[in-house]
Amino acid sequence: MMKNGVAIDALTVVRGGNTVLDDVTLEIPAGQVTGLLGPSGCGKSTLMRTVVGVQRITSGTVTVFGEAAGSAALRSRIGYVTQAPSVYDDLTVAENLEFFASVLGVPKARVDSCLALVDLTSYADRVVARLSGGQRSRVSLAVALLGEPQLIVLDEPTVGLDPVLRQDLWQTFHRLADDGAAVFVSSHVMDEANRCDRLVLMREGRVIADDTPSALLASTGADDIESAFLDLVGGAA
Amino acid sequence: MNARITFAVARRVLIQLRRDRRTLAMLIVLPCVIMTLLWWMFTDRPGPGFSALAPALLALIPFIVMFLVTSVTTLRERTSGTLERLLAMPMGKGDFLLGYAIAFGVVAAIQSALAVAVSTWFLDLNVAGPVWVLMVVAVADAVLGSALGLFVSAFAQTEFQAVQFMPALVIPQILLCGLFVHRDELPGFLHGVSDVLPLSYAVDAMNAVTGSTDPAVLGDLSVIVGFALAALVLGALTLRRRTA
Ligand SMILES: Nc1ncnc2c1ncn2[C@@H]1O[C@H](COP(=O)(O)OP(=O)(O)O)[C@@H](O)[C@H]1O
Ligand SMILES: [Mg+2]
Repeated sequence: MMKNGVAIDALTVVRGGNTVLDDVTLEIPAGQVTGLLGPSGCGKSTLMRTVVGVQRITSGTVTVFGEAAGSAALRSRIGYVTQAPSVYDDLTVAENLEFFASVLGVPKARVDSCLALVDLTSYADRVVARLSGGQRSRVSLAVALLGEPQLIVLDEPTVGLDPVLRQDLWQTFHRLADDGAAVFVSSHVMDEANRCDRLVLMREGRVIADDTPSALLASTGADDIESAFLDLVGGAA
Repeated sequence: MNARITFAVARRVLIQLRRDRRTLAMLIVLPCVIMTLLWWMFTDRPGPGFSALAPALLALIPFIVMFLVTSVTTLRERTSGTLERLLAMPMGKGDFLLGYAIAFGVVAAIQSALAVAVSTWFLDLNVAGPVWVLMVVAVADAVLGSALGLFVSAFAQTEFQAVQFMPALVIPQILLCGLFVHRDELPGFLHGVSDVLPLSYAVDAMNAVTGSTDPAVLGDLSVIVGFALAALVLGALTLRRRTA
């Protein structure tokens, strides 16, 4: 059992009559950035929701830091960024962060450092409704970082961001992992794969590969992750 | 439950309301305008028209307004993902519910204070009993409206659906609360129905305060508070940490 990471064992989730996750077994270790890649609709968000403990599970187990996912003791140790930015549109950036900071019980100084982390310091007093889509998802990301979580679950956090900022954010994710956190990031853009320490490829609710990017390329003989994915899918068919 | 989190929720809801000028106007100015309209309607008629109806209206307004505002606000919280995020944080359901109840209770107190002030100073409403009791009833009413609004927001997918609960849940109560026909004079069955509707007790309590120097409102008030608590418990059941 993983004391400082996430262990998912034989996890099956049925949503609205469809089997969305089918017998998924997976580990997300601390100190690494684990990428979850797969086409839209393959079950990435659902898998992340089970890790955070907000998804009803049909069978199997999800264990975080040795405890069942969703248990009360874990709630202050996990940072979660949902796919759609979940912040208050009618509050300013700073008001959003200050609210979540007092819910988490972290000092107000964290608000400033998290704003700097996502490069939004100069937008602190702007109402969220008047931000661009990318800026809004950065506010959502800043909220997830407030509590200095040991597990960070990020559902497609870099969608719609410009390349420079995307690079910055990936550096931030690695810095958090270097500090000992388990970072779990999903994406449907295959070219982000090389930025991960480990890759989990998913298709139609199943894990089809789980390895380092270079090992994946070596085993499939492909030039990039996208072709490796296609090779694996072709091999499975 | 945690006081820090509860007050953080209340404070945040109040900041959101303050930023929304139009809703704020609806909450604060509209009740005064409606009381004035009611008074104006009866100015050319003999008899106690305004004084007879004003207490019931002072009970209805906070209930209706808070029902609407809360059902839409909490529906937004459910659909925007902020509720999911909060429930994944160390926040108790009680903190969330009580935070909302405190915020809307504060707004209701301000709202009723203004409506009562306008009614008594400018519109010649006679309040025989203590005015503060009138406000306590109004705040209880508002919390009741909030609690019900929060509960029904679980059964709506869109804001449009949420506001449709208003006529369904509120208009029958307005008809049966004693405003149009005294509750004692209703047909037996309808009288029985009005006995289990919370707004009837709110109107009874308001009438008692305006009509008597030493009003006995404790019974009515406990019924309103009981309904509000029951609605809050039902509301808590609709806040699920884990969803399908
Ligand atoms: N609330 C829901 N109820 C029922 N089915 C859902 C719900 N949300 C998503 N699904 C279904 O679950 C599958 C996986 O969705 P999701 O986990 O969001 O995939 P991804 O994040 O990889 O795009 C999809 O087929 C989707 O239609
Ligand atoms: Mg998704």
